[in-house]
Amino acid sequence: MAGTRYSERGDHIETVDPVTVSRYRGITRLNHWVTAISLIVLALSGLAFFTPSLYFLTGLFGGGQTTRWLHPIIGVVLFFSFLLLFLQMWRLNLPRREDRVWVANIGEVIKDQEEKLPELGKYNAGQKFVFWAMTILIVVLIVSGIMIWQQYFPDLVTIPTRRIATLVHSLAAVGIILVFILHVFAAIWTRGTLRAMTRGSVTGGWAWKHHRKWLREVAGRQNEGPAE
Amino acid sequence: MSDTAPQPTTAAANPPVQALEGNLGPAAVVRSSAGGPVSTEPAQMTKVAKLIDISKCIGCKACQSACVEWNDTHPEVGVNTGSYQNPHDLTPEMFTLMRFEEWVNPDTNDLEWLIRKDGCMHCEDPGCLKACPAPGAIVQYSNGIVDFIHENCIGCGYCVTGCPFDIPRISKVDHKSYKCTLCSDRVAVGQGPACAKACPTQAIVFGTKDDMIQHANGRIEDLKSRGYDNAGLYDPSGVGGTHVMYVLPHADKPSIYSNLPENPSISPVVEGWKGVTKTAGVAAMGVAAAGAVLMSLFTRGNRVAEHDEEAAERLVETDLKHDGRGES
Ligand code: SF4
Ligand code: SF4
Repeated sequence: MAGTRYSERGDHIETVDPVTVSRYRGITRLNHWVTAISLIVLALSGLAFFTPSLYFLTGLFGGGQTTRWLHPIIGVVLFFSFLLLFLQMWRLNLPRREDRVWVANIGEVIKDQEEKLPELGKYNAGQKFVFWAMTILIVVLIVSGIMIWQQYFPDLVTIPTRRIATLVHSLAAVGIILVFILHVFAAIWTRGTLRAMTRGSVTGGWAWKHHRKWLREVAGRQNEGPAE
Repeated sequence: MSDTAPQPTTAAANPPVQALEGNLGPAAVVRSSAGGPVSTEPAQMTKVAKLIDISKCIGCKACQSACVEWNDTHPEVGVNTGSYQNPHDLTPEMFTLMRFEEWVNPDTNDLEWLIRKDGCMHCEDPGCLKACPAPGAIVQYSNGIVDFIHENCIGCGYCVTGCPFDIPRISKVDHKSYKCTLCSDRVAVGQGPACAKACPTQAIVFGTKDDMIQHANGRIEDLKSRGYDNAGLYDPSGVGGTHVMYVLPHADKPSIYSNLPENPSISPVVEGWKGVTKTAGVAAMGVAAAGAVLMSLFTRGNRVAEHDEEAAERLVETDLKHDGRGES
């Protein structure tokens, strides 16, 4: 009966007293952290090329030549790692009607008055924004990045195109770093969120407060599983 | 012994014979990529220039050979594709290249064989230097020469992106960028560039920039008297002038000379990338990061309350009971 409109099939009630709900499988969490570490390495190495005041960051990777070599390779790793995450998450990140109400009342969220807002599925509009912004920016970054990948694609595009690609790459990089900051901040500010990506589960209260439709669906499903 | 070398004023000048200190060291650096070190009190040298008179060039490639020999590069043995141009493009091992172009003059219907010695123009405002992210990988000396300092180069290719003349080439072997140095290592000890010295017709001459302009004017007058009404000097102002200049018989159409740019300047895209994008981007990221840290430290954060946990428990239990299996 209870379907998978607001939850993934694997999401389930882990313990009843107290209630904890499984939100991400181990493999998804691993996938997330590979992506996260790649993004951090890319940001640090990319910033070194972006502004001379941060060129010293190349020291973290063993000098300028190594950083120049490493950055695009990690970029490819991130692309495929994120692609796997995307395939697991895109469906429940599709926009829904309640997202608009949530965005219109973002002030209530900040004031911790979520009771006044519609019940939500697995993701709120903020999380969906982060998801789609990351998706778009990663595509822009991989495409423009390959165009300026001197070591393997020196003659892929003309020099005027390469100039545009470089500019687009740096703008998208600034954008993704801003989205990254927002993502980390929101995960820390909303207490109880981080454990979803470390232990894989959240408390029932967290689910009730932030993602009630998701919780209802997951709780409703616990009865339907194969008996025993 | 430690006397510094005089500045060369002609390519033909014989080199000094006594041992001398080079004068193009760190003390002469006036600009350096990515905020690399510049000399606080740079030795003010006279601006130099190389002048290439296209009307006098016979395409013998003595300059190309001299370049290979002096710089000890090892270009690959090429293949003939129906042109004297060999190799077919600049490479990390070939800093200068004679470009051959067959052009029919629409006014006279004559076939003109245009031969242009391509290579770094040593821009007064170098796009390569502006684009380079590695401190001190590209420098400009007070005499105008733009030099790549290979130990600082990281091989990113940004100089290729920044150069309006498509000059730098990145080596596949050591991943460093190469181009004509204007023989900075010869000029530093009072000698002219190897190419100028080798040129049998003196189509390539070298000296102070003022002298070279004066010399060019004489050549242009001569060309005009012989029917080349549009003869002129190529010293493009869009890059602040160059320290390698051409005398062009058809200066009104530089592009007929194997796509010599009409009005070269650093691309606005490159300026935008290195200018406002960098400044505004760093500011935006800094403000966002600082804001996030401050908010995390000084606001309470969004916490789950006890009644939320209880509500969740009730919900889960109701669903279990509903199924008749009870709490197990
Ligand atoms: S021609 Fe290109 S490589 Fe040479 S100084 Fe100008 S910008 Fe730099
Ligand atoms: S490849 Fe060019 S832009 Fe990159 S570090 Fe070397 S000289 Fe600078």
